[in-house]
Amino acid sequence: MNTAAFNRGHAEDLASGLPALLADAEHLAATVLLGVHGRRRAGMGDEFWQHRPSAPGDSARMIDWRRSARSDVQFVQEKEWQAAQSISIWPDASTSMGFSSDPKLPEKLDRARLLALAAAILLIRGGERVALAGTGERPRQGEAQLDRLAAAIALQKDAADYGTPQMSDLPKQSRALLLSDFLGDLGAITSALSSAAERGVKGVLVQILDPQEEGYPFDGRTIFENPGGTLAFETLKAKGLRARYLERLAQRKTALAELARNTGWQFMCHHTDAPVQTALLWIYGALEKRR
Amino acid sequence: MFSMFGIAFVTPWLLLGLVLLPILWLLLRAVPPAPLRRIFPPVILLLGLKDDDSQSDKTPWWLMLLRIAAVAALIVGFAGPVLNPQPQDGRDAPLLILFDASWASARDWESRIERAEAALDSATQPPRPVAVVLLSDLANGPLQFQAADSWRKRLAGLQPRPWMPDPEKVTRWTRNLDGRFDTLWLSDGLDRPGRRELASALQDAGELRVVESAFPVFGIRPPVLEDGAFVLSAIRPQAANPAEIELEAIGLDPAGNETVLARAPLRFESGDRESETRLSVPAEIRNRITRFSIEGLRSAGAVSLTGDGLKRREIALVSGQSDREGLVLLAPTHYLEQALVPNADLIEGTLGDILLANPDVIVLADVARLSPAESKDIQNWVEKGGLLLRFAGPKLAASDVSRGQEDPLMPVRLRAGGRMIGGAMSWGEPKALRPFAQESPFFGLDIPADVTVSAQVLAEPDPELSRRVIAALADGTPLVTRKRIGQGQVVLFHVTANAEWSTLPLSGLFVQMLERLSVSGASGAPKVDELAGTVWVPTKVLDGFGDLHEARGLAGVPGEVLAAKPLSAALPPGVYQGQDRVVVRNVVEPATELSLADWPAFVTIEGLSTAREKQLKGYFLSAALVFLGLDMLASLWLSGLLLGAAPARQGKAAVVLLLGALALHPDPARAQNDELALEATTQTVLAHVLTGNRQVDETAQAGLRGLSDVLFARTSVEPANPIGVDLEQDELAFFPFLYWPVTPDQPQPSAAAYAKLNRYLRTGGMIMFDTRDADIAGYGPNSPNGRKLQQLAFSLDIPPLEPVPDDHVLTRTFYLLQDFPGRHASREVWVEAAQVDAEQIEGMPFRNLNDNVTPVIIGGNDWAAAWAVTDMGAPMFPVGRGSAGERQREIAYRFGVNLIMYVLTGNYKSDQVHVPALLERLGQ
Repeated sequence: MNTAAFNRGHAEDLASGLPALLADAEHLAATVLLGVHGRRRAGMGDEFWQHRPSAPGDSARMIDWRRSARSDVQFVQEKEWQAAQSISIWPDASTSMGFSSDPKLPEKLDRARLLALAAAILLIRGGERVALAGTGERPRQGEAQLDRLAAAIALQKDAADYGTPQMSDLPKQSRALLLSDFLGDLGAITSALSSAAERGVKGVLVQILDPQEEGYPFDGRTIFENPGGTLAFETLKAKGLRARYLERLAQRKTALAELARNTGWQFMCHHTDAPVQTALLWIYGALEKRR
Repeated sequence: MFSMFGIAFVTPWLLLGLVLLPILWLLLRAVPPAPLRRIFPPVILLLGLKDDDSQSDKTPWWLMLLRIAAVAALIVGFAGPVLNPQPQDGRDAPLLILFDASWASARDWESRIERAEAALDSATQPPRPVAVVLLSDLANGPLQFQAADSWRKRLAGLQPRPWMPDPEKVTRWTRNLDGRFDTLWLSDGLDRPGRRELASALQDAGELRVVESAFPVFGIRPPVLEDGAFVLSAIRPQAANPAEIELEAIGLDPAGNETVLARAPLRFESGDRESETRLSVPAEIRNRITRFSIEGLRSAGAVSLTGDGLKRREIALVSGQSDREGLVLLAPTHYLEQALVPNADLIEGTLGDILLANPDVIVLADVARLSPAESKDIQNWVEKGGLLLRFAGPKLAASDVSRGQEDPLMPVRLRAGGRMIGGAMSWGEPKALRPFAQESPFFGLDIPADVTVSAQVLAEPDPELSRRVIAALADGTPLVTRKRIGQGQVVLFHVTANAEWSTLPLSGLFVQMLERLSVSGASGAPKVDELAGTVWVPTKVLDGFGDLHEARGLAGVPGEVLAAKPLSAALPPGVYQGQDRVVVRNVVEPATELSLADWPAFVTIEGLSTAREKQLKGYFLSAALVFLGLDMLASLWLSGLLLGAAPARQGKAAVVLLLGALALHPDPARAQNDELALEATTQTVLAHVLTGNRQVDETAQAGLRGLSDVLFARTSVEPANPIGVDLEQDELAFFPFLYWPVTPDQPQPSAAAYAKLNRYLRTGGMIMFDTRDADIAGYGPNSPNGRKLQQLAFSLDIPPLEPVPDDHVLTRTFYLLQDFPGRHASREVWVEAAQVDAEQIEGMPFRNLNDNVTPVIIGGNDWAAAWAVTDMGAPMFPVGRGSAGERQREIAYRFGVNLIMYVLTGNYKSDQVHVPALLERLGQ
């Protein structure tokens, strides 16, 4: 088979979902009312902050002559400091994310991408710099970056069974949004988060799970396989394992929450059958709080 | 064949397979059900978990049992199990299957045939030649032994005969038996002469087995009328146990259907061989009874036909003299009454009342003149089968009835005056009767010597006369004459009905003559000498099961045979029609006795119950299939696929399960029909016929919509949206009105559609044919549309037509109109022609046309186009030019309103009440 043609076809296949994803994300983002996101102090920015009497050292250019003409004192207009944040978004694209228990439910990956892009739209509209983690790209501002992000998210691929957060190239003091099922090695996640926390990176962990993963509605002799087919587990009586499975899942969630608390991150668990707006609002609020 | 518990196996060694079952049990037990593969990303969380108990991997015991049962059923099934295997007796001598086949074996004939079939089955292995013989229908010649298979087909055609075997023939046949053979004798269990000899002869020829049924035999004797009630008696051969049977009187109900008219229970006490009961029914019902039967018993012996004998005839007596009170013995009808009362119901009254009662016989004793209306009524009654019996008398002799010209109600012309013989003023002696001629219905009656005639009316000589005389005096003058009219007859006794003119009414001959004339029913069975010389034609005959059939192709039977001979193929029991009478022959006669057969000690007697061989293979294999199906379902259920699985799969499983239920889904076409019916009947709906031409159909639809809107706005008719009707499929009855635009290329409706259309027209529907070509052609076959209309309407039930007359109701049902324009303004619109006798009353503007709504209106003005509006309500097509065109459109709408009013209200506007108001308006 012509590899180039295959790649092209595959890319087109993937990209065909892109406008839809972008549209979905925009639609979703529109539901969130953008709040004030200044730094509440004077500094570089576009928005008016306050007038202050001019002091020696202020250049004549800085004087607001229109304001000053109304009084004898010369005023300088100060703007609100609007330093943009760098935010890296990482939707986990590993094979374990490509799962949905019901044709009516989206795959976990679809939900992660939707949330990632919607959050990116909100952030870019808010003037922040956003990048996709793990691509090596620098966080950038503007609508153009949004298109690049959308393309990058749609083409993002990970052949690993379970994803590990890519935290190495995050700028210091930046923010991160990690969307994954966090079913992989807990140690890797811990070390990634710890190293990020050392560099002052704060952020949000969103665990996306399928309702079946949460409910474990199985019985009878069953062979469980992961989507990549690399792992298999056979049980003769699946129902008998339910309690222990749920316990392990709860442990995993507790560990993640614990990890987040220790590193100053925030953690939430989102199910693909739950309303996506709720998750987006939470993400937005969580990122806003730490800004 | 290996046999056990009444079940044998064709290939018993296959049963060894059952030994494998325990091994199978172990094998199945060790193999758990197939696992289900599931994608489950958190499998990593499961790694390292262990199953609780190791038991659950085994198949559940009940599923194993199911599978074992399935396999066992398979093994047993293929081993070929046979229920009730027929033991092989190993005899190979020819087999004679002997049926009595009398009416007494009809009660359980099917089991007899089955028993014979079983015997044929066992005669195939080893093959034995078989002969089947019916004792009641013996063929001449030696026994015909054939292969069992060739008999099998003919067995189903064998029928019991409605008579007993003829002992004489049986004896002859017994004597001719030779050779060696075994016999299976399916006996009816009744004793009769020659049975013992036959049994011995058969025993001598080989093994004799006799099969007798435990089912009781009953026979019903011919009922006897006693004091107005039926005495019903039944007989039975065995007297051991008490028994109860129900007797039914069967006849025609007033609607002419055969039904049970009365019932009577009959109880046999222990020891009774005969029992009787009385059944009293009203005369009306009594005369309708055609036969009695024993309920639930199919046998000719359980049926007793009633002939004429049981009927009580209704006889009306009308006498001309009723003014001579007190002189009973001189009353013209006294002797008639005495003769008739025992056997008939007498009616007295005026002729008009009597005819209403529709009697069987009307006796006119010395009635000369009848009014023309009475005469006509009586003629009609006679033609339908009545018997008019007239007696002469002084009045008749004095009148001029049937003098010059034969009166329709007189058999002969009469000579004026009559004659007196042997009186004080005459020379001759009173005349005696001449013996009856052979053609006479009185033939064979003894003439007492003391019957003399001293006066009579005389018949005018006539070419017809000799044929009409049925009794004459010794000198040849007619005494009784008869003429047939239609199905009935008129009989004239040329003497009086009392003893004034003759001693005939005093003699027993008079009663017999009346009986022969069917005036009074003869009682009892016909005597040999009574019937001698006559020929009787069977009209209905009984078969062995007691069912009545029309007798076809049966030869007539001489009277003496009918009266005396035992029943046989040449004389089947049934109804025999003579010249004037009906005689029945029943299977059980008054003297018939039944007794049980007494078999010699050497005879083996068997019951009739047949245990037929039954192949069980199919049942076992079906059971195995069912088990396997259950196993499949159970396995699905166990592995969680059937319930609690992903919804999509569940759906598939449901589809599989419900495949069988698919047939129950309602027919979509029918649902659609119901929809149409609802749509058409909840509101008034105008309809048009779909022609298949899209443009025409759309125009018709739009036109009717426009008309509906106008109706809605101007009148209290508020139609819903019009409907296009497919003549082939849709029901028409819902629509008061059909608009049928004619296109030259529309398909001819099918015969069924035409039937529907004609029914529609007859039940008050109206079709408006529109050829839509009035601009280019007149009415007639000159345009393609006109020709098509002719073809379309050819099969329709259309009355004569005329152009709409000026005073047609259509011109004034809502608006007063004289023109009926559509898009074209031709005056030629045709409707059903008015009655020819409709006349205009002086001073009235209209004829009185208060009948009939025309079923069709035919024209070519393309009304739909004039009415048609778009969805916006604007006219679709231009009509005429300018304001004149708009006026024409308005008139078209008004015509439409008139038309629908006419359709919905009929000729209401032709009612005279509205004439003054209409007159006033017309005057302006």
